[in-house]
Amino acid sequence: MNLSLLILLPLITALAILFSKGLKQIRAIGLAGSVAQLGLAGWILKLYMNERSNGNTTAYLFESNYSWFKALHINYHIGIDGISLAMILLTSFIVVAGILVSWTMEQLSKEYFFLLVLLSIGAYGFFISLDLFTLFFFLEIAVIPKFLLIGIWGSGKKENSAMKLALMLMAGSALVVVGLLGVFYNTGTFDIVEITQLGISVAAQQLFFPFAFLGFGVFAALFPFHTWVPDGHASAPTAASMFLAGISMKLGGYGCLRIALLMPNGAQEYAWIIILLATIAIIYGAFATMMQTDLKYINAYSSISHCGFVILGIGMLNKTSINGAVIQMVSHGLMTALFFAAIGMIYSRTHTRLVAQLGGLLKVMPFISTVFVIAGLCSLGLPGLSGFVAEMTVFMGAWQNPDVWHRLATIISAASIVVTAVYILRATGKTLMGPISNEHAVLTDATWNEKLAAGLLIIGILIIGIAPFLINQLIMPSTDILMAQFEKAITLK
Amino acid sequence: MSNYLYLAWIPLLPLATFVLLGLFGRKYFAKTAGIIGTASLLTSTLLSFVAARQYFLEDGKVNGAYQKIIALKYTWLEFSPNVSIDMGIIVDPISIMMLIVVTSVSLMVHIFSLGYMKGEERFATYYAFLSLFTFSMLGLILSSNIFQVYMFWELVGVSSFLLIGYYFNKPSAVAASKKAFIVTRFADLGFLIGILILGFYGGTMDISLLIEKLTVTSSAAFVNITTASFLGASMLTWGLTLIFVGGAGKSAMFPLHIWLPDAMEGPTPVSALIHAATMVVAGVYLVARLFPVYSMDESALTIVTYVGAFSALLAAIIACTQTDIKRVLAYSTMSQIGYMMFALGISKNGGENGLGYMASMFHLFTHAFFKSLLFLGAGSVIHMVHSNEMKDMGGLRKLMPVTHIAFLIACLAIAGIPPFAGFFSKEEILLAAFHANKLIYGVALVTAGLTSFYMFRLYFSIFWSKESTVHNNHGEGPWTMKLPLIILAICAVGVGFVPFSQFVTSDGIALTTHIDLLFSIAPVGLTLVAILLAASFYKTQNNKPEKAALAFGGFYTAAHKKFYVDEVYLFITKKIIFPLIGQPIAWADKYIVDGFMLALANTTAKLSTSIKGLQSGKVQNYALYFFGGVLALSILFIYIWK
Repeated sequence: MNLSLLILLPLITALAILFSKGLKQIRAIGLAGSVAQLGLAGWILKLYMNERSNGNTTAYLFESNYSWFKALHINYHIGIDGISLAMILLTSFIVVAGILVSWTMEQLSKEYFFLLVLLSIGAYGFFISLDLFTLFFFLEIAVIPKFLLIGIWGSGKKENSAMKLALMLMAGSALVVVGLLGVFYNTGTFDIVEITQLGISVAAQQLFFPFAFLGFGVFAALFPFHTWVPDGHASAPTAASMFLAGISMKLGGYGCLRIALLMPNGAQEYAWIIILLATIAIIYGAFATMMQTDLKYINAYSSISHCGFVILGIGMLNKTSINGAVIQMVSHGLMTALFFAAIGMIYSRTHTRLVAQLGGLLKVMPFISTVFVIAGLCSLGLPGLSGFVAEMTVFMGAWQNPDVWHRLATIISAASIVVTAVYILRATGKTLMGPISNEHAVLTDATWNEKLAAGLLIIGILIIGIAPFLINQLIMPSTDILMAQFEKAITLK
Repeated sequence: MSNYLYLAWIPLLPLATFVLLGLFGRKYFAKTAGIIGTASLLTSTLLSFVAARQYFLEDGKVNGAYQKIIALKYTWLEFSPNVSIDMGIIVDPISIMMLIVVTSVSLMVHIFSLGYMKGEERFATYYAFLSLFTFSMLGLILSSNIFQVYMFWELVGVSSFLLIGYYFNKPSAVAASKKAFIVTRFADLGFLIGILILGFYGGTMDISLLIEKLTVTSSAAFVNITTASFLGASMLTWGLTLIFVGGAGKSAMFPLHIWLPDAMEGPTPVSALIHAATMVVAGVYLVARLFPVYSMDESALTIVTYVGAFSALLAAIIACTQTDIKRVLAYSTMSQIGYMMFALGISKNGGENGLGYMASMFHLFTHAFFKSLLFLGAGSVIHMVHSNEMKDMGGLRKLMPVTHIAFLIACLAIAGIPPFAGFFSKEEILLAAFHANKLIYGVALVTAGLTSFYMFRLYFSIFWSKESTVHNNHGEGPWTMKLPLIILAICAVGVGFVPFSQFVTSDGIALTTHIDLLFSIAPVGLTLVAILLAASFYKTQNNKPEKAALAFGGFYTAAHKKFYVDEVYLFITKKIIFPLIGQPIAWADKYIVDGFMLALANTTAKLSTSIKGLQSGKVQNYALYFFGGVLALSILFIYIWK
């Protein structure tokens, strides 16, 4: 299995979009390409599970390695484990859904679909990279399309939001670069597998861990570097919001996870700061969400709170909590994309996102309302949907650390589920229930492409929620291997 | 051991109905949804009775004691090698008893709704939600893993939310559904942390294993959990109390009861099912499920006792002053659940001292039938007069004879008049309280008197009082509404004679109980007096109620205003949480955190503006900088060199 196909296929799609004419042709190509990519990801999943069930316990499967910059030991080294595969599957789900909800994008459609696909190339490349430089390269590929998508197709104060997002992410990238260069000068390589074997000196870890971790933390909306999230998401067009929250923020979480595993001593030393910031993000994000009046701001702030769980899981540094962090990334990606899709559908019909101007939509839009409610229930952690599985796994992992401070962080984070219930029910109650205004009473329900997009994401949410053992089978063997390496590195030093 | 795997069908059938009606109901089953839901639930009910027969009469008993059987255990979500959420089925006396209660009452409600909800636009959705609720509740009952209980617990909460908010364009219903969910969610946080504590020390989430480990005083788990303490209480007390907080939320115990009266905004059959017989007793069931562990910790049980007794009394007092008939019934439910709670609290585990446990379960059992009957009767009345207020009723006994008789039977049952069902279970509770704690006995006795008073106040106000002003021509409702009333009325008489103590006890060994006539004189006498009082106040219209209200003065007003508990909550949320936590955070995010980032960006911009003069393009300036640089470096070099 050559994983480069995961980059090649979207690349071909992107080129084909450039050479096609008219919205109909463009979107057909975009959809075909993304569906093919989804199929490819599914096929890789099958091959991967086969390998694992045949007893293959190497950390990364399907590796290939080409020299890129010989002088600097930069290689195009790719491979996947359960964690990256989970992220790849997530990405391919969201890309299909994102293209479906953009079905009627008339304005500069060629550029729009091209940028969407380009963003996904960055994400796929990022998730399969086993070389820190390549990883960084793909991370940057994913940033620029975001800037353009918001700046050109956005709404509201879009230029400002686009600039803010790009600048903050660039600042995050700068931090990441410092961290990665530090690793390189200490070990002489960018290769993740080699670095894990060689180990980084404790002093270097202490010095460079914060740079790399915080750098990725900016992408993952870690408090206090989260302020690009609300404006960026609110100004972005629907599909871009879905990509931003569903994929981009996961680049950050995934990066944080890899950095923590790569520098075990650094992670252990700074764990308390990570946990502190994550706990603040969770509860602070939840309360901030409660005060929002715009649906997109509600979801953006709630993303800050939910992504806090990812960071919390990483900071707790045990198998269960890291499993939880990964499941939370997938779950949040699906759920938040679904939420943004539903909000986009409502916005395109009512032309407002202000909760106060909406009401009673359940009467005329039963399908969209149901989607909205499912996303909301997933957000507040209803059993049977993915949010519950993810959050509970993080809590269970966090609870394994028996001292008072870890306990306190866990309880405070758990308390956020009450606040979540408050803001979700407020939004649901005011938007969908209650009396409907006369001008909204004539609106229509979802079209087929919107139904398909929502259905796809809901299926993902249900699979994790009803049969969590499936995703556990994918992730757990990898976390076991990675955490064994982690423990070994800790005891060696 | 025989096979109980077929029990899985009991919750799965309603689930299948939910999926079917949820996906295709609006389109294809708009008219037939009710029949489909009822048929599937009928099957579940029959299966429950088959299971009860098999367990209680055939093979549940080994060596004179009913055994706990794990019929299924499947690892659903693994956290670590020992700790996981399993999907399991537990078969023991209380789970089987609850199966009977939930399926029977739910079936009655399904049938009743065929008539009551006829012609509703979202008829299929209603039955889909009803099925979802029944599935969740049955799942909760059968759970063999404490985390599994929590899962279904949450699902039950959501289905309750959906059903309360069924009339979604009515703002009061929306507010009530939100309130119910948020208050119980808050309580569930306690439940969750309690689970984490017990799970951590017990090293498992499996209920049977947990009980095994935490009831042996010499086991390492027990020693650890009782020696570890926080703020002066052992972790066992913390864990159990926090779990009880979860139970108190669902079971509407003070001070978490405020959602229950508002929940009456839902359709009345829903109130009969969820807010009378099934979901609200989940808290009692939870404590009973973990009772062996509770019995190891006196402090936790004391909390259960006093919260239960206080709630029982408080709710009974409030019920005497309410005028909305569903709210009276809601407070009555809270009061009766308080009864069940304190009966558990004063009980010991096993033997003669386990009388309280048995009595509590017995009361849960009988209460389910007569309380759902009361609600369905109320539904029938509301269907007729289109109002919940007592003032719009009166003299209805001739217009609705079936409802009248059924309602009277239910009132007699809840008041505890022999030989109606409530008498037997209440008598056992009073007996247990009398032997365990005289204060609790006193509270229970007063509550019993108040109960009879407010129930007959309700009865006389609806069916007597004045001549009926209702001119209707659609009669008492179709047979689908009368049949459940008749069946439940028969139950309200009959279920008291079930030899309950033979089957459901704390240790599975049959308990011999007898009715002590001498002991019964006080409660029954008090009840009769209360009924006579209610008759003299409300059978005909007179000014006695106003006089009595005046005599109580401020106390009456306070009770009428539900002792201002709602106002306290409103104060906390509207005056503290929103303005003092939410708003400052939203403000800080905008002006401090984001402000800092903006300032950073602006400073960078300014800095670059101020230094951009350096790149002026004038050669003479560059020469100047160059020499300046050389000079500075030279000085630095010399300085370091020295």
